[in-house]
Amino acid sequence: MLLKTFKGGIHPSGNKNLSRDKPFVNLSIPHRCYIPLQQHIGKPAVPMVEVDDIVEEGQMIGRADGFISANVHASIPGRVVEITDYPTVYSEHGQCVVVEAEGSFSSSGKNVEPRNWEELSSDELMNLVHEAGITGMGGAAFPTAVKLSPPEHREIDTFVVNGAECEPYLTVDDMLMQTYPDEIIEGIRITLKILKINKAAIGIEKNKPEAIKAISKAIENGNFNETIELHPLPVKYPQGAEKQLIYTILKREVPSGELPLDVGVVVNNVGTIFAMREAVLFGKPLIERYLTVTGSIVKNPGNYKVRIGARITDIIEECGGLTGKPAKVIMGGPMCGLALNHMETSVVKGTSGVLILGQDEVAIHDYSPCIRCGRCVAACPMQLMPNELGNAVEKQRYDIAETLHPFDCIMCGSCTYVCPSKRPLSHFIKLAQVTFSAKR
Amino acid sequence: MADEKRLQEDLVLSNAPHIRSKDSVRKVMWLVVISLLPVTINSIYLFGYQVLLIIGAAVVTAVAAEAAYQFLLKRKVTALDGSAALTGLLLAMNVPPHAPVWMVVLGSVFAIIIAKQLFGGIGFNIFNPALAGRAFLMASWPVEMTTTWHPFSSGNVLSSSLPGVQSLSQEAVDTITSATPLGVLKDGPGLLKDLAVAPGQLYEFLFSGEMLKSLFMGNIGGCIGETSALFILIGAAFLLYKRIITWHIPVSYIGTVVVIMLMYYLFIDSDMPYRAILFHLLSGGLMLGAFYMATDMVTSPVTARGMIIFGAGCGIITSVIRLWGGYPEGVSYSILLMNAAVPLIDRLTKPRVFGTEKN
Repeated sequence: MLLKTFKGGIHPSGNKNLSRDKPFVNLSIPHRCYIPLQQHIGKPAVPMVEVDDIVEEGQMIGRADGFISANVHASIPGRVVEITDYPTVYSEHGQCVVVEAEGSFSSSGKNVEPRNWEELSSDELMNLVHEAGITGMGGAAFPTAVKLSPPEHREIDTFVVNGAECEPYLTVDDMLMQTYPDEIIEGIRITLKILKINKAAIGIEKNKPEAIKAISKAIENGNFNETIELHPLPVKYPQGAEKQLIYTILKREVPSGELPLDVGVVVNNVGTIFAMREAVLFGKPLIERYLTVTGSIVKNPGNYKVRIGARITDIIEECGGLTGKPAKVIMGGPMCGLALNHMETSVVKGTSGVLILGQDEVAIHDYSPCIRCGRCVAACPMQLMPNELGNAVEKQRYDIAETLHPFDCIMCGSCTYVCPSKRPLSHFIKLAQVTFSAKR
Repeated sequence: MADEKRLQEDLVLSNAPHIRSKDSVRKVMWLVVISLLPVTINSIYLFGYQVLLIIGAAVVTAVAAEAAYQFLLKRKVTALDGSAALTGLLLAMNVPPHAPVWMVVLGSVFAIIIAKQLFGGIGFNIFNPALAGRAFLMASWPVEMTTTWHPFSSGNVLSSSLPGVQSLSQEAVDTITSATPLGVLKDGPGLLKDLAVAPGQLYEFLFSGEMLKSLFMGNIGGCIGETSALFILIGAAFLLYKRIITWHIPVSYIGTVVVIMLMYYLFIDSDMPYRAILFHLLSGGLMLGAFYMATDMVTSPVTARGMIIFGAGCGIITSVIRLWGGYPEGVSYSILLMNAAVPLIDRLTKPRVFGTEKN
């Protein structure tokens, strides 16, 4: 089937070969975990432990505060040695619970009889998801339980599963779909039950033939053809961006300023679905995740299972260290990921990858005036005019910028990527967004 | 300064994205320069080594003028980014092969200082600098700009193929043989009226297979870079392949000319409309204009729809000037006029933002 894809987009070099074929490896448990209480969109969790408390593996150490928030659990058993501010991926001063390993593991390596989830009600399932502190694992880390409880008056008809993984370098979702296709399908069925609907559509970019094969087989084997559709997607960044994914699969446009809910859709990443299933079947909180550790100067790039709160230094050491001097340390992929200012930062629930760029891969660009080539306009998947937005912000003409839809920007970075004048266009647009948000 | 800064740990901190495409302004400009190599070499072969002198003078003057201006105004000197060199080269492509070098030098200075730097430098100029330079030369030294064509004594079939030409005065023969094909098309009937040469005979000559072949290969009167459609197309194919230009402007420009010429020659004039169209496509500056001058990024629209409108506008003005105007050729003026319309076109062709109603 030929899918008409979204307008715009780019084809950055994938660099996925570094880790594409590397099966999952469990990294050893870190001696210390720095667990931020804010790992999600919304309010930070409230700490439930005190210094010197002994915590068990998977014990709740932070309780969700308010509707949009998520529980946080101890990733390792041990003693709470500190509850203090540390730089986290989201903030210079994020409250962290620091746990030092001690005692024995209560759940790891032990067999738990899976729950028969089909006997549970939608609300009971949702509660399990909430308790386990599941958040979106593709990057934005929106609390999953909140996403799965749309307001009463919203009619949801389709659950869209995001297996696009369009970010260069990252291969974790690819490997997850290849390794655990049946588990992901089961997770989708659980989600459908929670949402009380019976149609799911999973989108996977065509550059992941093995994942497509595995998922297709899992659908076939379980005889779920009626409920779960598989959509191989054109390879184009940002195919995995929520609005572009929904458009490609369902031809529905999420209206400006609104959410997928408004067009009857809920979207979750395959990683989230996998974690959700474990939460429902085994009551397992989100204390570890799969991620890609990659970059040309990483000795053993690959796909790893890592405890939440493990620091990047520890992870890199486990991956054989670096073969060169790092210039940029990025949490997430190279297009949307966040650059970190030190390597002590810990992995959070939304960390899909750790990317280390070497000295020769990071150029500090001096930018020059726009030459009006129009490449950013052609690349923008939202059909904005990044060139004009950039010019307006550069001249501090926020009155002009306001008329150019800055809040419709999804921060995919395509405009900055293509600009031959090396203008930091998405940075300018971010600046406009921040400025307007501060005014409001 | 740049948007990135280094911290004490020597890690670079910046907003996403963390990777960039390898294209740069410098690369884009120099690739366009390289794409003009086939045309340049062909011109030297056809017209002689003074062409090299003209090109060299234009390029060196353009770069020097930009450097001097930026230096004197204490701006960052970016004269080697390729854009000034390209402007010089394109100006040289748009002057006759035997134009005086001093004139080309002045044109180059005008293009860089008046048309580009006074507007704010790269990215801010409204008019295509090379074409503004050419317009300046046309206005200031019209004789030098319209009579210093390269004479092709053997290629110029006019003297032998037209009946009664033998009886022409030497003056009339000189006038005609030293003109461009478009010039002959425009002024020929007047010149030949006294000699009882019917317009049909003139068309037979101009639209002959011989003539079309010459127009394709370039051994004909015309500006340095415009005479050979073949070599321009080779360069254009390279630019399209490298995605430096897109199809929108050239296709809509040339397409519009084809449509208008077809109408004209089918319904108003001539009994060989298809040859006439081919003649118009290959002659004058249409190919050079459509692929190299109209596609200048700075002075053309940024949206695909805008580019199509821009190209169509160029096509209409070119055709109108050629068919009914006072000049034989209208490519450079059509592009300059459409340059002025670009801000308007950009405003009218803003794309519909995803998830919004039509704006």
